[in-house]
Amino acid sequence: MELLRLATAGSVDDGKSTLIGRLLYDSKSIFEDQLEAIAETTKQRGDEGIDLALLTDGLRAEREQGITIDVAHRYFATPRRKFIIGDTPGHIQYTRNMVTGASTADLTIVLVDARHGVIEQSKRHTFIASLLRIPHIVVAINKMDLVDWDQEVFETIRKDFSAFAAKLDVTDLTFIPMSALLGDNVVDRSENMDWYEGSTLLHHLEEVHISSDRNLKDVRFPVQYVIRPQSDEYRDYRGYAGTVAGGIMKPGDEVVALPSGFTSKIASIDTADGPVEEAFPPMAVTIRLEDEIDISRGDMLSRPNNQPIVGQDIEAMICWMSEASSLTPRSKLALKHTTKWVRTMVKDLQYRLDINTLHRDEDATELKLNEIGRVKLRTTQPLFHDTYARNRLTGSFILVDETTNVTVGAGMIIDNN
Amino acid sequence: MTYQLSDVRALESEAIHIIREVAAEFERPVMLFSGGKDSILMLHMAIKAFAPAKVPFPIMHIDTGHNFPEVIEYRDRRVAETGIRLIVASVQDAIDKGLVTEETGPRASRNGLQTTALLEAIEEHRFDALFGGARRDEEKARAKERIYSFRDEFGQWDPKGQRPELWNLYNGRHNMGEHFRIFPISNWTELDVWHYIRDEDIDIPNIYMAHKRMVFKRDNMWLADTPFINRMDDEVLEERLVRFRTIGDATCTGAVDSPADDIEKVIEEVGATRVTERGATRADDRRTEAAMEDRKKEGYF
Repeated sequence: MELLRLATAGSVDDGKSTLIGRLLYDSKSIFEDQLEAIAETTKQRGDEGIDLALLTDGLRAEREQGITIDVAHRYFATPRRKFIIGDTPGHIQYTRNMVTGASTADLTIVLVDARHGVIEQSKRHTFIASLLRIPHIVVAINKMDLVDWDQEVFETIRKDFSAFAAKLDVTDLTFIPMSALLGDNVVDRSENMDWYEGSTLLHHLEEVHISSDRNLKDVRFPVQYVIRPQSDEYRDYRGYAGTVAGGIMKPGDEVVALPSGFTSKIASIDTADGPVEEAFPPMAVTIRLEDEIDISRGDMLSRPNNQPIVGQDIEAMICWMSEASSLTPRSKLALKHTTKWVRTMVKDLQYRLDINTLHRDEDATELKLNEIGRVKLRTTQPLFHDTYARNRLTGSFILVDETTNVTVGAGMIIDNN
Repeated sequence: MTYQLSDVRALESEAIHIIREVAAEFERPVMLFSGGKDSILMLHMAIKAFAPAKVPFPIMHIDTGHNFPEVIEYRDRRVAETGIRLIVASVQDAIDKGLVTEETGPRASRNGLQTTALLEAIEEHRFDALFGGARRDEEKARAKERIYSFRDEFGQWDPKGQRPELWNLYNGRHNMGEHFRIFPISNWTELDVWHYIRDEDIDIPNIYMAHKRMVFKRDNMWLADTPFINRMDDEVLEERLVRFRTIGDATCTGAVDSPADDIEKVIEEVGATRVTERGATRADDRRTEAAMEDRKKEGYF
């Protein structure tokens, strides 16, 4: 069974919690004691029936204020796939949460209220999804029951949305008309919209092709941990443990170690279950080489004829996530990329992007909480990297405040040529 | 060849990545080990992560003293097999030192007192990272917790001030006295755990399988007859065929009626059940609607 990570984003009003509740409820992933608890709460509030939105409200503050304050994770499975939902709120101040919830997603669901059409928030979500290169986007046109299941409403929104998405880097866009409240086209086909011939949401989630989304071309193996057993049995054992970040590795393959540049061949790809014939993302394995060369954590193995970019001057899109500080030219920060920590200085803020209009403000002097911009960085040591577009794992980094230790920025590397 | 890992193998890779990352970046990690299935599975993956070398950190049991004997036997057997170093932090010691006061009455439980014993041990051993076997599907406060969960110098969790967590880039930077709780199996469900235990043929305490036991009913749960619980007058003992879905302190862990005496039957039962495992078996979560959130803020697991 495959694993699909999906991110949902949206505000309380567009029915996102109801949609997730519906997915869990109709796929029989909700338990009786959970249902009883929310039925009880619904009753206490003086409402009727079962408010499915309550299922996803976890913390006390959220229940008290009726808001969702952070990324929540939900799990469900069908006979075809297991799903991990990173559920994030859609309020403007929580862009950082959406970036957090979406960074590992294979697919995201953008909710559009059929009565209101494409609003700024839908655009913002779609932009962030394209920035984070979530390969598949589903536009859930919700509350169709409130527009009399009108095909024309659906078509108009589809046209508007497509026009906006054309300006972005979006590869796979799917539109589904639905009513999360009544269950139409979520798990079960709608009887009210026979004009719609596409998949239901769940069917789409089960069928969407995700295996080609990972980079299987460029071998990238960030060394995470060196395994050297101090035992007689394994006296000469020296293995490089890590998680494959790209490409397919096989015993006998010639590899180059960075930064040293020494080459060797893969002697064996070990796991605790015995050696394997191939390793590919996201397998956690231990590589042994035929020659003894000096390799430590933070180094990277790749192929001699297909190496990552090695450099200290990085250009990236940054999402700033700190309330307490802002990013300005000359800011000094800690940076984590793959398994390596370095220090970095902001050389230049090239522009700040207005994520509603996509306007580039080249006069901007800082990035504040939830703002996104393009920056030039200089690092204390070279990073072995690719563009984010080529590889999400070797093209991403986080920025950390050296005084508070808090993660303050998310970076996606772009081509600096 | 499709180059696609199965769901459980993808989760295993994620967990091994996290365990290695912590071993590489923290000075003094430790793995919490209760003898329950989640910590057993976590230890199993820690062994896999560093094979053929030894696991480079000890394990720690926060011992309430109110244990199921089968679980302590299991713990000691597992320690002997693996050669891993075991640290026991005892709630009884904390009581003896006067750090905490024992609850009284028929509903007395040492579950809440574990927090004090845990925080004491963290200070004493200067641990900076504690692996825990919590899963996000267990409980709604946990659903919102990060994999690397920051704790201040009082061991407190601040749900609103959590660090963003992106890609597989974990930030474990901290000042002296602060620490992290690390949850490598955050993304596993109860069923994933059972599938993995079956696939890997992992030894678990036998009380997870159906057995006959003297139990009595309280709050719609079957509590075991142990020396640690005072039964009320109307609580009558009876022998039933039961098994445990979770294992914790004997005073607040309930058994469920079950004929599932092997792992396939357990998987079938878990797959068909309509009640969550904590809902079915944990009295400690029933104290208030936000019981887990409140305990976590104070430093609970």
